[in-house]
Amino acid sequence: MAAIETSAAAKPETARPNWLLRDLTGLAIILIVAVIGYFLFPNNLALLTRILGIALLVLSLDLVTGYCGVATLGHAALFGAGAYASGIAAVHFGITDPIAMVGVGAIGGAVAGLLSGIVILRGHGLAQLVLSIAVIHLFHEAANKASSYTGGSDGLAGISPDPVFGLFGFDLWGRTAYGFGVALLVIVFILLRFLVRSPFGMLCRGIREDPIRVSAMGASVQGTLIKMYVISGAVAGVGGALNAISTQVVGLDSLSFTTSAEALVMLVLGGTGSLYGALIGTVTFMWFEDVVSAANPFHWLTIVGALLIAVVLFAPKGLYGTAASLLDRYRGRS
Amino acid sequence: MSAVFQVEKLQKSFGGLAVTQDVSITMQPGDRVALIGPNGAGKTTFVNLVTGHLKPDAGKVMLGGEDVTAQGPTRRVRQGLVRSFQVTRLFSEMTPEEHIAIAILQRTGRSGRVFGNFHAMPDVMKETDALLATLGLDHIATRKVSEIAYGQQRLLEIALALALKPKVLLLDEPAAGVPQSDTPRIEAALAGLPPDLAVLMIEHDMDLVFRFAKRVIVLAAGAIIFDGSPQDVTSDARVREAYLGNYANASPAA
Repeated sequence: MAAIETSAAAKPETARPNWLLRDLTGLAIILIVAVIGYFLFPNNLALLTRILGIALLVLSLDLVTGYCGVATLGHAALFGAGAYASGIAAVHFGITDPIAMVGVGAIGGAVAGLLSGIVILRGHGLAQLVLSIAVIHLFHEAANKASSYTGGSDGLAGISPDPVFGLFGFDLWGRTAYGFGVALLVIVFILLRFLVRSPFGMLCRGIREDPIRVSAMGASVQGTLIKMYVISGAVAGVGGALNAISTQVVGLDSLSFTTSAEALVMLVLGGTGSLYGALIGTVTFMWFEDVVSAANPFHWLTIVGALLIAVVLFAPKGLYGTAASLLDRYRGRS
Repeated sequence: MSAVFQVEKLQKSFGGLAVTQDVSITMQPGDRVALIGPNGAGKTTFVNLVTGHLKPDAGKVMLGGEDVTAQGPTRRVRQGLVRSFQVTRLFSEMTPEEHIAIAILQRTGRSGRVFGNFHAMPDVMKETDALLATLGLDHIATRKVSEIAYGQQRLLEIALALALKPKVLLLDEPAAGVPQSDTPRIEAALAGLPPDLAVLMIEHDMDLVFRFAKRVIVLAAGAIIFDGSPQDVTSDARVREAYLGNYANASPAA
């Protein structure tokens, strides 16, 4: 026993990464980028706020796809459910406090996460992907048909959120919306950093690598995945709510297959299984899309396609994943 | 002593083919039993019936005196029936330390926690370090599993099973694929298993069987044809006929 204790004590402490320092650095970078964005594009804060909303969707997708290995093309269902929930709460039930709207959005997203999780997790591989496509179409059609609540294909208009804390009104330039969005993203990001390092997050990574091994440890694979789907739904719902609050309308496109597919593309672009990858993928894709579509309105999709092919072929771990492994190799050599 | 593990008249057929016929095994705490048999004898089916991945047509599986036949695989694991895998099933992107921590957290009902980290849980860290040290894996505790040697992965597979504190351990060919030079370490790990743990080892390597097992069960065509000491197995006529062939002259080495 004495031998055991000495060998445990002799283990170098540096082997365990200093999470706090890394997370604080990451957080500082996010805030710096947010401030730079604010000063570089003061007339385009609406786009930046939209990026923040979609970033929450991509983070949410990363939780189920990157961390749990669930293939889905229906994740916008969770985002759209959050957007509609907060929009309907504001328009039909008079809940116009932005923080309450975000709360309602998170709950709406979580419920949608539970429902779609139950359906999608029934299948594996290709069947799973097809089920996810079916789910997004069903959500889309439900929102289209329930037009007395959702406004159908005209969209849900007339959302007018109160000032944040009764102090910061949502202005024409979108400064408040942007600040509100950055705050939401930072809070969610911190919570998710805790989540992915928690015992639950570790179990999810285990499921991604080998669900049979996880169930041989006595853990419920299905139960764990459903739980992650609900959490993921809440995150996407916050993103949807942010979108509803900042644009003051909710359209059917928030529940579309296209949005789902684009979110997956952004995640792959940045790198799955890493929160930083999700953020980098979103910012890169949406910024690139904006620049290229302005420069060449006719062929921008071609250029986006070429970028994707380049990333998938030459940096299959995504931008962040490839950069991280290059850095590791460099460190290993020095 | 009361039986910790009991299989009673287990039966299973696929179509017309009876792959498990009237199999009954009783094990006490501390038993070291080897289950052997030629290919197609029904060893895999037996394991699947015991772990709950297959439903038997008839018969019972009892764990610690409790009938678990109707329970699913994960419930049985929580009751203390743990298996290792013949082909290593580990999380290649994770470290040995994380593997053991997940198992301990799962056993102690903390695997669903969404906050905190096992590095900050002194009891988990202490147990993880101690277990890895016992198996000689402490120096690679924070390496990725994909970067460690196969023999070390096999040891981690055993450590992972032990971290669940089983009552009954099913070891599926623990030394499969391990280079000759590493087998002594696996054997040392097997010799160091907790004395009160009941171990059922499925194994092809007769040398390992003779060194490890105090009792040998031979399965052929889905039925038990021998259940006795390793000394007697080589001289049993039915076993020779069904299975041992060129091993018939091997002596049970110490």
